[in-house]
Amino acid sequence: MSELALRPFLRQALRHALVAVAALAMFAAILLVAGKDPLRAAADTCRSMTTVYGFSELLVRMTPLLLTAVAVALPSRLGLINVGGEGQLYMGAWLATAGALWFPAAPRWVLLPLVAAMGFLGGALWAAIPGVLRAMKLVNETIATLLLNYVAPLIVSYSIFGPWKAPGSSAYPESPAYPDAALLPAFFDTRVHGGLLLALAALLAYWILVDKTRWGLQMRAIGGNAEAAQRLGIPVAVFLVAGLALGGGMAGLAGMGEAMGVHGRLRQGLSPGFGFTGFLIAWLAGGRPLGILFMAFLFAIITAAGDTLQITQGLPFSVVNILLAMILFIVLARRPGGAR
Amino acid sequence: MLSARGISKRYGALLANDGIDLSLNGGEVHALLGENGAGKSTLSKILYGYTRPDAGEILVGGKAARLRSPREARALGIGMVFQNFMLIPALTVQENIALFLTDLPAILDQEAVARRIRAYGARFGLQVDPHAPVRQLSVGDRQKVEILKLLLAEARILIFDEPTKVLAPHEIEGLFQVFAALKAEGYAILFITHKLREVIACADRITVLRQGRVAGGFGPGEAQVETLVKMMFGERGGEEPTAETPVPAGTRPLLELRGASAQGVGSETTLQGLNLTLHEGEVLGVAGVSGSGQKELGDLILGLRPLSGGSRWFRGEDASSWSIARLRERGVAFVPEDPLAMAAVSGMSVRENLSLGTGSRYHKGLSLDWRALEATMGASFAALAFPVPPLDPPITALSGGNLQRVVLARELAHGPSLIIALYPTRGLDARSAASVRELLRRARDGGAGVLLISEDLEELADMSDRLLVLFQGALVGEFPRGSWRPEAVGHLMTGSGEVAGV
Repeated sequence: MSELALRPFLRQALRHALVAVAALAMFAAILLVAGKDPLRAAADTCRSMTTVYGFSELLVRMTPLLLTAVAVALPSRLGLINVGGEGQLYMGAWLATAGALWFPAAPRWVLLPLVAAMGFLGGALWAAIPGVLRAMKLVNETIATLLLNYVAPLIVSYSIFGPWKAPGSSAYPESPAYPDAALLPAFFDTRVHGGLLLALAALLAYWILVDKTRWGLQMRAIGGNAEAAQRLGIPVAVFLVAGLALGGGMAGLAGMGEAMGVHGRLRQGLSPGFGFTGFLIAWLAGGRPLGILFMAFLFAIITAAGDTLQITQGLPFSVVNILLAMILFIVLARRPGGAR
Repeated sequence: MLSARGISKRYGALLANDGIDLSLNGGEVHALLGENGAGKSTLSKILYGYTRPDAGEILVGGKAARLRSPREARALGIGMVFQNFMLIPALTVQENIALFLTDLPAILDQEAVARRIRAYGARFGLQVDPHAPVRQLSVGDRQKVEILKLLLAEARILIFDEPTKVLAPHEIEGLFQVFAALKAEGYAILFITHKLREVIACADRITVLRQGRVAGGFGPGEAQVETLVKMMFGERGGEEPTAETPVPAGTRPLLELRGASAQGVGSETTLQGLNLTLHEGEVLGVAGVSGSGQKELGDLILGLRPLSGGSRWFRGEDASSWSIARLRERGVAFVPEDPLAMAAVSGMSVRENLSLGTGSRYHKGLSLDWRALEATMGASFAALAFPVPPLDPPITALSGGNLQRVVLARELAHGPSLIIALYPTRGLDARSAASVRELLRRARDGGAGVLLISEDLEELADMSDRLLVLFQGALVGEFPRGSWRPEAVGHLMTGSGEVAGV
């Protein structure tokens, strides 16, 4: 290769910076087309984000994105494509809600770990379904995870329209508010909640798993050449199920975080597509932990900017979706071979 | 209709075709016979324009022909039925055939094509439903579609590359009837195979290739199994194995299969009721023509393939349900052909590849004890007299021979008791191949049992203490060392002999 002999880290950082610049440039172009002033929009956005509140909101947005990105990146090491983050997120929130509603009187030090564990479990079990089907060579995991995205919100809807419907909520069905002991603690008088710490810990655990452990090595072997891995005695089927389940668990934690940290109850519109955005982030970051951190933050900025502009300039939020799609195309077009 | 004169083709050090003369006449089935590597495929590729010969000329209809591409060959009326069918499963028979025709009008008259398919089908015994999707067809029917394709494209010279390999016995009978019908209408057929019975059953003339040369030819009714076998396999290799190696050190059975069976999926061969015993300190050779179930046998012993019947025993323990990991942990090693497909991961470094399949030997904390691993592997390379390759680059940076060395060093690092060698020298240059053989021999002398699966009779003759013959998924013969003659082995390999031994 005739590329500059940059060290991998620098090269990756440069790539991410390029994505960021390209995104901003395209955003400006869209604004111009819409007849708005990009400079003013940038100024508005910067102003709102540099306040304590604005910045804290970025962290709130980033929290589920970190987790749903790991939910994609982890199975991708095995060569699995998990597009089911959205459904796994909902199932995590759903099972965590069950925990909170079944043990309303439990003390905080019991209930918090319990709902976190159940959130993880909800996503993990949901992802294990396609995992098992794939390990049995019955159904491709991409299709199965994608389709299950449509099932999970229906289960949530059924629950909040039926057994968990809060008395008095008729227009917007939702579950009763969780007991206080089930709510994730918030920091510094903002909406930043304990889920952020959980997400950062998950990212760290992901990094250690894939880069520092023998399991990470075996996962790469399976992703690289499943036939050879199997012949060398690596239990491929176990890894496939466990990998997808672990990833699903991460998305489940994201759902738990949204429910217990932001909404305080189970709702239909729990996620504005965090699962899908997480896929984009993991893809853009090439599955690398630092890249995920950076990209999740960038995406938090972009979606927050969309909100700001909706209010200050009357731009529809779909502008942001257009932008995200264009970023994906750019990156797919010049994604270096071999990077996952 | 077609004649080839003095065709030669060289691939590197290998002279694949050496001055071959061949002529095909209309109304005749001409069988091209030879063992693997005799040069049949090369010759057929040359006739179909895939490969250009280094020397020699080809005449079609008496005129010198330029065959620079399959397209030109087709224009001259030459068609080929490949071993792997060139069909699109999702499309119908008629669509597949239409795609192959070069003279299609821009606006398709689907029914006209279907009518022609039916007409040809009735004439030659090639009945298939033109509207059936190809994926629903049996292998035999797919082959009919391939033949119809050529007939509708007006080919007059048909080359069949091992057409019976994929067919069930009754389908083979049907194919021979198709041959007869084509013959009657004046088509020329070149039938490539290594199964003697079939040749005797349907060929008018026979040309035998051996090591790239024409070893002999026969007219109608002249050929006999005896002479054909001798011609195919030659007189070589029948002597006592030359090595001064000791008789197997012990009689302790290392590995036993008792009536072991495994169902083949898709194009795989089903293994039926295999009985074999491999002792410590012996090389057990397994001979067979390709597709007899060699890979399946290796996988069965390795634990990759579940047993559907019978049992597998390792050192006197019932190992029928052991996992690959457990077998490897107990000292089973695997040396395959094409390591990048079966034994190495291309996205990983040499060091990481060396760590794969080492079981729990180097576990340390959450990771591996890389230093201990490197020390052991370094010692293994040294013991094999290989230089230690650089460990950081990706495995794909290594040449084929060096890659096989890495696999060997890894597999032999922990003194395996059983080595499954599946075509271990295929694709290697002569020197690398010789060193692989030497290593297997040394492992045997050190007390390991070696199962050598190969299609190279010379290699088997050179290495084996005992030889088994595999044919269509069954073991059909066993020869103790020194007692076997290439003719006898050849008979069994080609399914033309009586079941002996076992």
